[in-house]
Order: sequence, then C-alpha cells, then structure tokens
Amino acid sequence: MGVAQGVSAPAPLVSVRGVTVRFGGILALDGITFDASEGDIVGLIGPNGAGKTTLFNCLSRLYVPTSGDIQFRGRSIMNMPRHSIAGLGIGRTFQNAALFDTLSVLDNVLVGSHHVTRSDFLSNALALPWVAREEKDIEARAIEKLRFMGLESYADQPAGGLPFPVKKRVELARALMSQPTLLLLDEPAAGLSHGEIETLSEQILRIRETEKVTILLVEHHMNLVMSISDQVVAIDFGKKIADGKPSDVQSDPAVIRAYLGEKI
Amino acid sequence: MDLFVSQVLSGVASGAIYGCVGLAMVMIFTSTEKINFAQGEMATFSTYVAWTLMTVGLPYWAAFAATVAISFAAGVLIQRTLLAPLRDAPEMSQVIVFFGLFLVFNSASGAIWGYLPFDFPSPVKAFSTGTTLIGAHQLFIILVAVLMLTLLFLFFRYTSLGLCMRAAAQNPVSASLMGVRVGWMLALGWGLSAAVGAVAGIMVAPVVFLEPQMMVGVLLYAFAAALVGGIDSPPGAFVGGIIVGVLENLVGTYLVGTDLKLTVALVLIIAVLIFKPTGLFGSRRVARV
Ligand SMILES: Nc1ncnc2c1ncn2[C@@H]1O[C@H](COP(=O)(O)OP(=O)(O)OP(=O)(O)O)[C@@H](O)[C@H]1O
Ligand SMILES: [Mg+2]
Repeated sequence: MGVAQGVSAPAPLVSVRGVTVRFGGILALDGITFDASEGDIVGLIGPNGAGKTTLFNCLSRLYVPTSGDIQFRGRSIMNMPRHSIAGLGIGRTFQNAALFDTLSVLDNVLVGSHHVTRSDFLSNALALPWVAREEKDIEARAIEKLRFMGLESYADQPAGGLPFPVKKRVELARALMSQPTLLLLDEPAAGLSHGEIETLSEQILRIRETEKVTILLVEHHMNLVMSISDQVVAIDFGKKIADGKPSDVQSDPAVIRAYLGEKI
Repeated sequence: MDLFVSQVLSGVASGAIYGCVGLAMVMIFTSTEKINFAQGEMATFSTYVAWTLMTVGLPYWAAFAATVAISFAAGVLIQRTLLAPLRDAPEMSQVIVFFGLFLVFNSASGAIWGYLPFDFPSPVKAFSTGTTLIGAHQLFIILVAVLMLTLLFLFFRYTSLGLCMRAAAQNPVSASLMGVRVGWMLALGWGLSAAVGAVAGIMVAPVVFLEPQMMVGVLLYAFAAALVGGIDSPPGAFVGGIIVGVLENLVGTYLVGTDLKLTVALVLIIAVLIFKPTGLFGSRRVARV
C-alpha cells in the first residue's frame, strides 16, 4: 500500500482506480477513481448517460474496463470470472430488473442463495438427506427476505408478470439472499411514489444495519440519496466531478452545473 | 370401436416417444433458442450402444442404465467441446455444428454396426396385457415415459441444481451473477437431453427395428410435438407428442393410409407455424431456426 492520507484510515472495502470504459467512439467512463469504506452507503449520482450503470457493470464483471483497476478488500477483481463475483460478496440489482421471468418469486429469491449452498450435482441427484434439510433452511431464509421486502403475497407468482416496482423489490430480496458484503443498487426508487420511497429508504438503512453491508446506490431521486448516503460521488460524461459528504456535493458548483445544464 | 381404441392407445405409446424426443429438443431450445437436429441420430447411436452392451452379455436393465449414463456423459462432452467454444459465434456456425453432429452420428452408426436392421429386445415381450387393445411393449413405453417425466419434473422443480438450470436458461447474465456456472448448466442440459433421447431410442427400437435411419421419422414427429406443445414448454412437448401420436394413427387408419402418415407431421408443423406459433403452452414464437 502506498502512503495514503497520512493518517491510517481503515482500508476501503472497494477501491475504484482510474476506470475507463470505451464503447467505440463513446467514452462511457473516463478515469473514475473513488473509495468506499466498509459499512457506508455511497450515493452515485449523475445525469442520464453519465456512466453510473456502466460502473456497476464493471464492478460485477459484465464489462471489462479499457483501463484502470477495481479492488475489493484490497484485491483486484479484474481477473475474476463473472460467476465468482457472488461468492466474493458482491450482489446487485439492475436498473431494468433482470429477473427469471417464468420462475416464481420465491424461486427467483432461492437462486440468490446458490453460491452459499453446499449442494453439488451428485448429492442433488441422489437427494441426500442433508440436501433436503439445507433446502428447508434456505427456503425459510428466502421467505424471511420476502417478508422483509413485503413480498410474501407474491411468493408463488411468476416474476415476469409483476409490476415494475414489485420486480425491483424481488431483485433486492434476491440480492440479499446471496449475503453480500457489497450491494450495488441501480435506481431502486424508479417508479415509486413518495410514500414508497420513504419505506425504501428505511429498508435500505435497515439492510445496512442488520446485514453489515456496504451499499453503492445509484439514484436520480436526490432526496433519497442525500438523506441516507454517507458519501456521494457525482459523475458527468464519465468523469468524476465531485466526491464527499452529501451536503458538500449537493452545493458543489460543478454538480449544480451538470444538473442545470441537463434540465435547460 | 375396438379398432379405434387400440389405434388411440398405440398412438399414445408412439406419442410418448415423440414427446420424449420433443422434450429433449425443448430442453436445449429453452437455453439456446436452437433446435438440435442431431437429437434423433444421437439417440440412435445410444441405442446401438445399448444393443452392443446387451450383445456382450449385460442384462437388459444394466445395459439400459449404462447407456443412459454414457449418453449423458457424451451429451455433456459434446456441449463442452463443440458448442461451448461457439457461444459467441454467429448463429449459422452453431447450426452447422448440429448438422455436422447429425451426419457424424448417422454415418458412425452405419459404419460401426452396418445398415441391416437389428431385432432389439424388450423386457416385456413374454408378457401379455390380457387384451388385444394394447401390446405389452406399448404399455411398457408409456410407463417408462411417464416415470422418466416424473423424475425430470421432480429434479427441475425440487432440487437446487434443477432450479439453477432453469435460471441459467431464463437469464444467463443474472444467473451468472448469482454464482451459477451457466456454461456447465448448458452442458448438463445437453447431458439430460442425450439421456432422454437414449431412453426414447431404447423404447422405440423393438417397434421399428434398430437401423441407422431409425430416428429420422421420429425426429420429424418430435419436432411437430415440440411445436404443438409450444417450443419452450417441456410439459407441452410431451402433451404435444401424445397429440401427434394419436392424430398420426387416426389419420393413418381412417383417412390417408399408412403410406402417407409422415405427412401428418409435416402438415402439423406447417399449421402450427402459420396459425399458432406459440403452440399450446409456449410463450416464445419460433422466429428463426
Ligand atoms: N453496452 C454498451 N454499448 C455501447 N454503449 C454503451 C453500452 N453501455 C452503456 N453505453 C453508453 O455509455 C454511456 C453511459 O451509459 P450508462 O448506462 O452507464 O449511464 P447511466 O449513468 O447509468 O445513465 P441512466 O441514468 O440513464 O441510467 C451512455 O452513453 C451509453 O449509451
Ligand atoms: Mg443507468
């Protein structure tokens, strides 16, 4: 480790270092660098097309950055296969809710526990007794997650037919099922009413509390981000334009310009 | 009346076979959106393996079990070695592999075992059902098919591996982020399809005799079955198989005669594609092959 800020701050859980992503002529991310400390809620804001989802896709190994590095617990994830991301402790939700449409809500959430279970092909095929016991435990945990997200009544419905905001709650329940240490939430409040956003913000805070999880939160809903984040990173056209306490970022001239520039 | 009942029952028996092969195709289609044209030839080859094992002295059920296991392993191996590297290749490359597999298995069967039809044993030949309406082997086919379907249903519905396979077929990206090894799930799907095909081959061989072209007609009916049921619905494929099998027999008996029976499958395929591309239980239209 190089000389950091002089004082010995705890090592960040996630460290994004100079991440650049280029799609043909588009520079979706341009040397993004920031850290997120364990247990924090870090808001990621920026106008449409700023590159927020692209950053999430790099963190979950869907996109490979053109350059730069992402470290998780001090180790680079750039050589990790996609399927071991869940095992590392990185869980996420998608902006467009990427559920298993024909599977029931309960089954969707159960898939989330996949990497935590011990069951292998052989014991599955032979239906060994401990598999059954383990599956009972997991189902109980899944139902608990559904209850936490207020989804018990949907448990047996196919996920594909649900309204969008419900789908996003199912996704969050599924992500929680994988017991993440880092949770990436991509616009969880999209399509929610004022009251529902209140509930969501309480849920996110409770999740941080009970699951001891660090959260990266992409959101356009400023009140939500500013009220629950410990740190806010603002991105515009792929570049970081501000990084700090919510109140500081909110009053940062570059941030105001980015958002006003978009609205006018 | 007896003729009608016995034609329906034997239609159910052959339909059970179409349904099994159709199911094997559907299992691969749901995760790849492609029809494995080699499914029937792979099944024929498996049946030859079973025949060989029995010829060298293995009892029926031992040869049956060994063949299912060998076919499963071969299916996994084919997916891993031939298809996995082509995952991002253009559609046509993958379709070419299916045709290649068709040719390879078809000619390998002929080259190894010759083109003369073999008599294939059935464990129930000595028994009688006590009625002329249905033969012992036909009843056996139906029982084996139903048992196999039940096992597959239990596997997909109640085991976490089955759940992961369904998830991987539905949404590979999400599944991989949940830690599911999507590539292996596809391979397992191929293994299961090959195993199901092997069972269908072993069931049909005593009826049609074992020869390299044994499954060519069956494959056409199986494809019709899968389409009638809805190309992405596994239970639909089986129901579709029964419908196709019964229709084939009734149309053959009362309308066109046995020589034109195969046209039933073709007419059904075209009719489904034109009038109801999602079949009875399906959700995806067949837009490309
Ligand atoms: N797979 C891709 N191929 C090409 N361009 C892409 C791809 N993914 C993202 N982009 C581009 O990268 C830029 C950043 O997109 P991104 O989705 O990350 O923005 P965002 O900040 O999440 O926006 P929003 O708030 O609208 O969700 C956009 O210009 C987008 O068109
Ligand atoms: Mg986005």
